[in-house]
Amino acid sequence: MIRIEVLFSEFCGIFADSSNIRYLEKCLPDAEFVYTAYTDEPLFVTETPALIYMGAMSESTQEKVISKLMPYRDRIKELIEKDVPILLTNNAMEILGQYIENEDGSRIQALNLYPFYARRDMMHRFNCLVRGHYKEFEMVGFKTQFTMAYGDTDAYPFIHVDRGTGMNRDTANEGIHDHNLFATYVIGPLLILNPLFTRYLLREVMKLENAELAFESVIMDAYERRLKEFKDPKTDFN
Amino acid sequence: MKNSKKKTIRFYVTLAGIKVLIKVLQLCGRNATHVPGRKAINICPDFLDQIDKPEFIIGITGTNGKTTVSNLIADVMQDNGYDIVDNRFGGNIDSGIASALIKNSTMGGHMKKKYAVLEIDERMTTKIFPYVQPDILVCTNLFRDSYRRNAHTEFISGILDKTIPARSRLVLNGEDLISNHLAMNNQRVYFGIECQDGRTTPTNNIINDMVACPKCGARLNYEYVRYNHIGRAFCPNCDFGSPEMDYAVESVDYEKRRVHIRTPKGKLDIKLLGDNITDAYNTVTAVAALEEFGLSGEAICRSFEKMKIAGTRFDSVEINGRKIILDVAKGQNPIACSRVCDFVRHEPGKKAVVLIIDDFYDRQESSENIAWFFDTDFEFLNDPGIVQVVVGGLRCQDMHLRLLMAGIPEENIVCCDKETDTAEYVDLEKAEHVYVLHDIYTTQYAKAIKKRISERMQEGGKEA
Repeated sequence: MIRIEVLFSEFCGIFADSSNIRYLEKCLPDAEFVYTAYTDEPLFVTETPALIYMGAMSESTQEKVISKLMPYRDRIKELIEKDVPILLTNNAMEILGQYIENEDGSRIQALNLYPFYARRDMMHRFNCLVRGHYKEFEMVGFKTQFTMAYGDTDAYPFIHVDRGTGMNRDTANEGIHDHNLFATYVIGPLLILNPLFTRYLLREVMKLENAELAFESVIMDAYERRLKEFKDPKTDFN
Repeated sequence: MKNSKKKTIRFYVTLAGIKVLIKVLQLCGRNATHVPGRKAINICPDFLDQIDKPEFIIGITGTNGKTTVSNLIADVMQDNGYDIVDNRFGGNIDSGIASALIKNSTMGGHMKKKYAVLEIDERMTTKIFPYVQPDILVCTNLFRDSYRRNAHTEFISGILDKTIPARSRLVLNGEDLISNHLAMNNQRVYFGIECQDGRTTPTNNIINDMVACPKCGARLNYEYVRYNHIGRAFCPNCDFGSPEMDYAVESVDYEKRRVHIRTPKGKLDIKLLGDNITDAYNTVTAVAALEEFGLSGEAICRSFEKMKIAGTRFDSVEINGRKIILDVAKGQNPIACSRVCDFVRHEPGKKAVVLIIDDFYDRQESSENIAWFFDTDFEFLNDPGIVQVVVGGLRCQDMHLRLLMAGIPEENIVCCDKETDTAEYVDLEKAEHVYVLHDIYTTQYAKAIKKRISERMQEGGKEA
């Protein structure tokens, strides 16, 4: 039986992120989902999960999670290099960067695994729709965040954005993709909004060749309708 | 009246112009609720600072229930002879409050009324509290709301903590560990519900924004969870936890529509203006604010006896013993929508549910962020008493998926693109009653659906 680790779900799922896991539970009824509490030692320290997932969190929680994961920085790096599938949504991605900068210039040191940093602007919430590509898959999603990412944001691109905004307003690259790590600012139900990517994740990345999408015809109908809307030049992305 | 900052020529000119604008808008049949205040602030940025305010202000903020509670408080005060300023027909942001104050001020900017009951948007207090400082501030609760606007509860509670005036006496929800720890140096009383409630499903809601202690990080021990993070909890490691309640619902009788409330001055037997636990919450919240203001329990109860529930939030019709109920399930607000689903689940009989909760404005020019569907407890609709769910609107396929994920049988789900078409798909052979759950901005569709289902029920009645 495969084991999927969900990190700190009591804190890290503030923008419907838990729906990714609930959908995977439907796709993988025989898998074991391990919900690691903030006070527990992560499963990935002693085992190699089939997938590690972490979702969006508040700003103060980001600081707690960085403190919690910092002692495991080298282990996380090792897991990435060993092609362990990891998926992070919304500001969970920022944990992997160099630092998070507050409006007053103060900095919260992050895991420094990738050459980017996030800058907060708490009085200006940024919202947009995103349409882009990863490999041959057309990707859609929503962003809602207080931060933008800067630095070398083009070094490990995940989604190439056709419409909407990437890591910041000056790049078409969104997210981080390295080995089997996927991280993106796109919020919440990323896997539900992108069933073709989800099937790729299950079959190609997690090597579950027989995995099927749950409720496939319904999720594909919803995806195709959204894609059509996102391709409509009249659709406002901001 | 509360004296304000020295008035400038610019203020007087703005006020005169806006008063003319209000007259013109009213002559055109408009309520002049939001536009005059916005224009006033645009022309004179410190307008709210300069205009006089009433001597005593009760402010009501929070995520859910603030409109209803504001209306209850205003109605009781008016019924007891208080001439008040309120913003019930206006916006609850700075412009709406400015409009309300302008309408009740003289040409010289002096306030005509001594009291105000103001609903205040929790996100906009940065623009309101520096100038309009409530003597009593009610916070109904703080929940996850629109991701786009309100982000998360910690963001909103942070804003309130920074902006609540030190002089405001707080009336707070004793069962909400997020809002009841606001502005800890302010004077405060707590309200809540002490009894069990048979119409609320104790369950693992998808959302719980108070799992761990915000002081030390330890997992909280809950004595009970009423819904989401509403309940009673304590930290095993430090002194963080739920307070004792000063105003407490001791029992609710839904059949007789009565609620029994303990207050610091005695016990009240008061009319319940609805069928839901949230109605009991709204009642105890209003009672707490009104008693803190100085009204007697007897006076409050007398006024409640004269009240009806607001039609725009809850509307029902009965045809041949079968009900059609329209209920607002606020879109983009997963908690409010979950509460309505839980309410429907506990209603008697075999029911069909019509869901028309797409965002009315997003679909005009954009595409709705449907993440909130997946934070809402549609699992409540997976119940033997709910025999059909009919979904209408552009996002019906997303909702179809969500309902399947909630375990609702495929054969019980019908989807159509046009909201009003749902009326044709309701299976009146299977369902005795129909619940139409709609967004605030889709009331027009709900009314059309009600009309058509009424016709179908009447035709069915004649055939029988």
